[in-house]
Amino acid sequence: MSWEVVIGLEIHCQLATKSKIFSGASTAFGAEPNTQACLVDLGYPGVLPVLNKDVVSMAVKFGLAVDAEITRRSVFARKNYFYPDLPKGYQISQFELPIVGPGHLKIRLDDGTEKTVGVTRAHLEEDAGKSLHENFTDRTGIDLNRAGTPLLEIVSDPDMRSAQEAVAYMRKIHQIVRYLGISDGNMQEGSFRCDANVSVRPLGQEELGTRTELKNINSFRFVEKAINFEIERQIDLIEDGGKVVQETRLYDPDNDETRSMRSKEEANDYRYFPDPDLLPVVIDDDYIDAIRAGLPELPEAKGERFAANFGLKPVQVESLVGDVDLADYFEAVVGDGADPRQAANYVLGDLTGALNKDSLDVSDSKVSPGQLAGLIKRIMDNTISGKIAKDVFDAMWNEGGDADAIIDAKGLKQITDTGAIEAAVDQVIADNPGQVEEFRGGKEKVLGFFVGQVMKATQGKANPGQVNQMLREKLKG
Amino acid sequence: MTNKTPDFAELSRALKAGEVSSRELTEDCLQRIEKTDPQINAFISVTPELALEAADAADKKIAEGSAGPLTGIPMAHKDIFCAEGTRTTVGSKMLENFVSPYDSTVVRNLKDAGMVCVGKTNMDEFAMGSSNETSYFGAVKNPWDTERSPGGSSGGSAAAVAAGLVPATTGTDTGGSIRQPAALTGLTGLKPTYGRVSRYGMVAFASSLDQAGTFTRSAADAALMIEAMAGFDERDSTCAEVAVPDYSATLNDSLQGKTIGVPKEFFDEGLDAESREAIETALKQFEDFGASVREVTLPNLGMSVPVYYIVAPAECSSNLSRFDGVRFGYRTEQSGDLAEMYTNTRSEAFGDEVKRRIMTGAYVLSAGYYDAYYLQAQKVRQLISDDLAKCFEDVDVIMGPTTPTPAFKIGEKVDDPVQMYLNDIYTIAANLAGLPAASIPCGLSQGLPVGLQLIGPQFAEGRLLNFAHQYQQATDWHSQTPPLFDPTRVGGAS
Repeated sequence: MSWEVVIGLEIHCQLATKSKIFSGASTAFGAEPNTQACLVDLGYPGVLPVLNKDVVSMAVKFGLAVDAEITRRSVFARKNYFYPDLPKGYQISQFELPIVGPGHLKIRLDDGTEKTVGVTRAHLEEDAGKSLHENFTDRTGIDLNRAGTPLLEIVSDPDMRSAQEAVAYMRKIHQIVRYLGISDGNMQEGSFRCDANVSVRPLGQEELGTRTELKNINSFRFVEKAINFEIERQIDLIEDGGKVVQETRLYDPDNDETRSMRSKEEANDYRYFPDPDLLPVVIDDDYIDAIRAGLPELPEAKGERFAANFGLKPVQVESLVGDVDLADYFEAVVGDGADPRQAANYVLGDLTGALNKDSLDVSDSKVSPGQLAGLIKRIMDNTISGKIAKDVFDAMWNEGGDADAIIDAKGLKQITDTGAIEAAVDQVIADNPGQVEEFRGGKEKVLGFFVGQVMKATQGKANPGQVNQMLREKLKG
Repeated sequence: MTNKTPDFAELSRALKAGEVSSRELTEDCLQRIEKTDPQINAFISVTPELALEAADAADKKIAEGSAGPLTGIPMAHKDIFCAEGTRTTVGSKMLENFVSPYDSTVVRNLKDAGMVCVGKTNMDEFAMGSSNETSYFGAVKNPWDTERSPGGSSGGSAAAVAAGLVPATTGTDTGGSIRQPAALTGLTGLKPTYGRVSRYGMVAFASSLDQAGTFTRSAADAALMIEAMAGFDERDSTCAEVAVPDYSATLNDSLQGKTIGVPKEFFDEGLDAESREAIETALKQFEDFGASVREVTLPNLGMSVPVYYIVAPAECSSNLSRFDGVRFGYRTEQSGDLAEMYTNTRSEAFGDEVKRRIMTGAYVLSAGYYDAYYLQAQKVRQLISDDLAKCFEDVDVIMGPTTPTPAFKIGEKVDDPVQMYLNDIYTIAANLAGLPAASIPCGLSQGLPVGLQLIGPQFAEGRLLNFAHQYQQATDWHSQTPPLFDPTRVGGAS
């Protein structure tokens, strides 16, 4: 039997505010446990939440970016359950009236086609603290630094049909929130994580199969692996005559499997109700218009502009706009006068390679856009060859300094003096009579050999175009 | 001084004139508490050191000439207000040893106004009760008859002022918890508009209903105190950004031509006959001031008790979840695992009434029942609000009894929650609608005080105080003191 997979994602995206969603405590990552939790975060008797207005504009930005309805009067609700890292015994979230209503976005599939995925809703909520099980014997430690950190929970329609599509969607959301500057999207620190709802049904069946929810997956790779494992598990189960049970499952990356956490029967009744401590969030058209006017350029628009203005290949455009920092870096290089195509080659080639090798983000690049533009300009004005440029780039990366200084110090300036090149060409022709015969006999490929020899003789400093032309003339005899 | 209780204006005059110091007044209160409180159990904590320190600071201000109208006057807070460095128990075993690390806005505002807090008063556990019998620290006795309840939940605050232990106290009113005890102990109790006084630092019972207010002898005193307590507070999102008027300035406004609405539903068969008589006499008094009295109707009033006992428990069931033994307060000794720690902590430290309301609240919010109970209750709450709003299109103030009967006996209703809940039948509507309301003494029934309730439109505290003050200028009920205590007057000779 053929099976169709149905996937929906709930992405928890930490909003990049300085202070928490309902208190003035800092949201900085990595502080000593419980040093960034004030009385409000600790749920002390008598304290009250006060909404950090920055989260509202961030949520509206996201809503506009996915062409969603913005709820004019959204309401915070309490989700009641007991857990030690949930100080108040309830999480302040949004339930019936989320700030962002239905929207949609496009993802690109492996075969190059586009697919529209619906965004059901996005709502604001506070994060819980952390339970620490390590370093405690017979006890659990509680760190409430994260308690009250603002989250935007983005819920998709069940529109994805494969793990790859789910990953493409998750990447797209990641790209959007990074472009909007509303989240750092840091997955290692848990700023961007997702739950996946997965079910399978016989191909052609309208009715959805029973779904399981995979909790708290914090990398693109794990999303793909967890979903694929779960698809296989569900299909095997049904084909063996079993039934999928509606439950919450946890992905274990060490063993690449999902494990049952709790079934529907054990699920909490969260007893949602509007939080009487907070007023409804009322948004008017002027507010939305002002935010719309201030929206940054989004990936699609940037991609179209890059393609139109810079003559880049589609694959290059896609790679450049994939990460907003990389796109900004590229534009800065071009802005400093570098040829766009050379700039794209360098940014996506040597620069990306060097960043990956040193595990650096482009924002921490050791070569600045201005420095890279300086290097590319020297290629453009024939001061150095493309080959030498790679050595210069390596030197800039490893030792620091501008291209010009390195070219001068190492004497890498290209030889454009015709006499000097001619002498080298003549010498090479004289030294290799056999190959000269071959070329003259019609074996054109030998030209490459001669070019290589001349370049070697000039330590790579000869202009390859010039060498080529001169060799052809002279070899013709 | 006369043997009548001096009001704030008189105390302030005496303080500024150097006839008495704040330290003397404070010491006097502390002595009264020491001597008399064992008979009524109005206080949970007394804080003499902090009080005398504050009194000395007040005396210094007075000497410097920078004193305000409340500087140096002793008072006490209901033990629901967090006060830095002071135990805040909320009348519960759960917080028996909880020392607050911060000041509530009410505590801060009155401190800033120079009032001297001598301690924290007894109350029904988490403000849930109408008789002060649910307190973990024991029932409070009514100074008018120590076999009777002073009402609740702010029973300690009421009894403390009625017995002359302090000139004023704060209270909170969620369904009548200021007005009902004020009525049963013969005091002026004011519950301001919802949002008039910040709830920050006031331990929450039912967030959409809770409002802080005052117990004083007179409306003139309440005017001064509310003015200091009220105002916008950015730490409470539900606190109104509405300027605080000079309430004292309008106390003497004429009532000529004003209209008083009297809801016919307030005068049902449940109302004690002598109380009815006292209320009717009071209404005649207002007619003598030139006000007219007309009957109005609140058709949905009968639903206010059921609505209240859905909304308030729903909110409390969630508000009290934070008392889990993890971070502060009581924690059970018997905790094999997490679930057991939660269960035992809460079972051991909450009293029966609190548990009853948490269970009711969890039930009405649960899946499958939410629409039928909570949502429906919110709709009826709106109808009750609309009824009141409609009345205020035609009348300036609504008046009626505060309670169906005068003070009942301790133990009389404690085993019958519904009878107990019905004690708040006249007071709850104002909370559901978020309106300001007051109770002032207007007579006696069986030798016990009767309260006249005044309800106004939003932010009409000044109007209520104006009506109350005019009445108190012409009558003497607010000066009546319980014969048992015949309290030696603060600042006066015995």
